[in-house]
Amino acid sequence: MTVHNFYIFDRNGSCLHYSEWNRKKQAGISKEEEFKLMYGMLFSIRSFISKMSPLDMKDGFLAFQTSRYKLHYYETPTGIKLVMNTDLGVPNCRDTLQQIYSTLYVEYIVKNPLCVLGESLQSDLFNTKLDSFIRALPFFSVRAA
Amino acid sequence: MAIFSVYVVNKAGGLIYQYDNYVPRTEVEKTFSFPLDLVLKIHDEKVVVSFGQRDGIRVGHALLSINGVDVNGKYTAEGKEIQEYLKDPANYPVSIKFGRQRLSSNEKLMLASMFHSLFAIGSQLSPEVGSSGIEMLETDMFKLHCFQTLTGIKFIVLADPRQSGIDALLRKIYEIYSDFALKNPFYSLEMPIRCELFDQNLKMALEIAEKAGTFGPGS
Repeated sequence: MTVHNFYIFDRNGSCLHYSEWNRKKQAGISKEEEFKLMYGMLFSIRSFISKMSPLDMKDGFLAFQTSRYKLHYYETPTGIKLVMNTDLGVPNCRDTLQQIYSTLYVEYIVKNPLCVLGESLQSDLFNTKLDSFIRALPFFSVRAA
Repeated sequence: MAIFSVYVVNKAGGLIYQYDNYVPRTEVEKTFSFPLDLVLKIHDEKVVVSFGQRDGIRVGHALLSINGVDVNGKYTAEGKEIQEYLKDPANYPVSIKFGRQRLSSNEKLMLASMFHSLFAIGSQLSPEVGSSGIEMLETDMFKLHCFQTLTGIKFIVLADPRQSGIDALLRKIYEIYSDFALKNPFYSLEMPIRCELFDQNLKMALEIAEKAGTFGPGS
């Protein structure tokens, strides 16, 4: 059970943060293109489910899974999107993403007077805290190479 | 516990079959007096609530009928523009029905093709080697399951999140497709499926799946 990578996007589509722990395969395109593709895919999925849904939605898109990985999604009312790719054994981790937002993003980025919202996050403290938080998760284990 | 609908998408991403098994209708009819406290706007040729959510009428709901008569896009059945009609205090009190918009067949075609592309992007962005596309998409109101065959046909089922046994159902639909569509000499590959036996057997399979039964070798 492991976490592959983690993205944070803002409401305009720019990627604020990206880290990876156990990624086996790169997408074959540059990082900027990958962020744009990921954001575009999430935007399209949200629009797709709002049309397809038979009933009015409350929380919207939660997660999707393929044969090898699971993508978990959490969006705040301000448009900040947190995306985490894990392997298939991980159950619903919406609460984890919510915790990352409230205890890490809000604490170390929003409350930081030097961090300009909308630009790529430059805070080292945020990076280290996020890294230790992810490594402390019960479903994270560094796989033997 | 219900299965909402089934879609079949061909190799090129075009929708070749669609069946709505159970579509919950969320409609609210209320009588209003002048002035109307909801803000309406025109979206996609329909009149839609944009502000003023109350009493079961939510943002995004479309105006379905006025005084019991179904509307025609943004015009009433008589041909008057709805926004103008509602601005005139002489027409009040008026009874309006709001609800979730039904998907037209064009919209279903578009959504199926959209999913075809999203499926491929899900595979491309995979952090692991050898990933398939999106097999299951989860929201709070429904779960979308997709099974792609080796020939590129996708069977998509929208179901209640608590419904189980959808994987078996997808394999069963593939079996029904190969028995009643592929073996039909009048059916051309990749074209819309218009085979009665396919429809009948699909409905039976959905009934069995909803009752959470298993498919025996004889069914």
